[in-house]
Amino acid sequence: MTSPLRLCVRRTSASETRGSATLVTLRLPSDVNCIEEAVELVTRHCLAGHDATKTIRFRLRVVLSEALSNAIMRGNGEDHTKWVEVRAELVPEAIRVSVTDEGPGFNPGAVPEPLKPEQLDEAGGRGLYLIRKLVDAVQFNEQGNSICMILRRR
Amino acid sequence: MGFSQTKGSNAVVVVQVEGQLVVGNRHELKELVQAALDKGERRLLVDFSRTGYIDSSGLGALVSISKRIREMGGELRLSGLNDDLRSLFELTKLDTLFAITETPEQALTSF
Repeated sequence: MTSPLRLCVRRTSASETRGSATLVTLRLPSDVNCIEEAVELVTRHCLAGHDATKTIRFRLRVVLSEALSNAIMRGNGEDHTKWVEVRAELVPEAIRVSVTDEGPGFNPGAVPEPLKPEQLDEAGGRGLYLIRKLVDAVQFNEQGNSICMILRRR
Repeated sequence: MGFSQTKGSNAVVVVQVEGQLVVGNRHELKELVQAALDKGERRLLVDFSRTGYIDSSGLGALVSISKRIREMGGELRLSGLNDDLRSLFELTKLDTLFAITETPEQALTSF
């Protein structure tokens, strides 16, 4: 069966970004069964040519999985006609990866802290918390339907 | 990727998670545990010795399973977490919610 994922990898010119970089883009449908393949593809391209530590590899996998899961399930409501876009900008020192859905967006400041005793026994609400703990910086666009995660290669 | 189920010592149902426990297969684990509870099983061990990754949905499924087992008067143990997986439990403080042992053998003797 042909994969529904659409991957593009190219080197950008110095004028397009802060210095030259490799740009990896991936488009996937809103199907949770596509997450594993998408994470494998993006992780492989983000770490290619770099002597990545086990920790960086694990963190990248975790935050990609969580961001894709949020985009597919919460952002796009698992509507298979909607797409999720991944854009990873790779420079020698860092990986800057954004995940964008077609949903209305959300207010990241309104997500409750999952470590509070009353939240600890809840089944959901840990994805964004894990992302924030495992990357060096997190940004959202104004609409709240795009998350940008920055991971230094250290 | 999947789950295998065996009956260990001390009348403990041992569920082995092969590969990953993630958003795509978490319902399968919940159904498997519910089926064991329906058969009267009350001691369950979920072993992660062959598991590479658990996402937040997988962690959430374990929380749900734990609650369900407690409601039924049963006990749940977890075992075999590698350092990366253990760090996820520590970051989310779920290491305080679950009884976790290094090996399945240790878990089986702790019931």
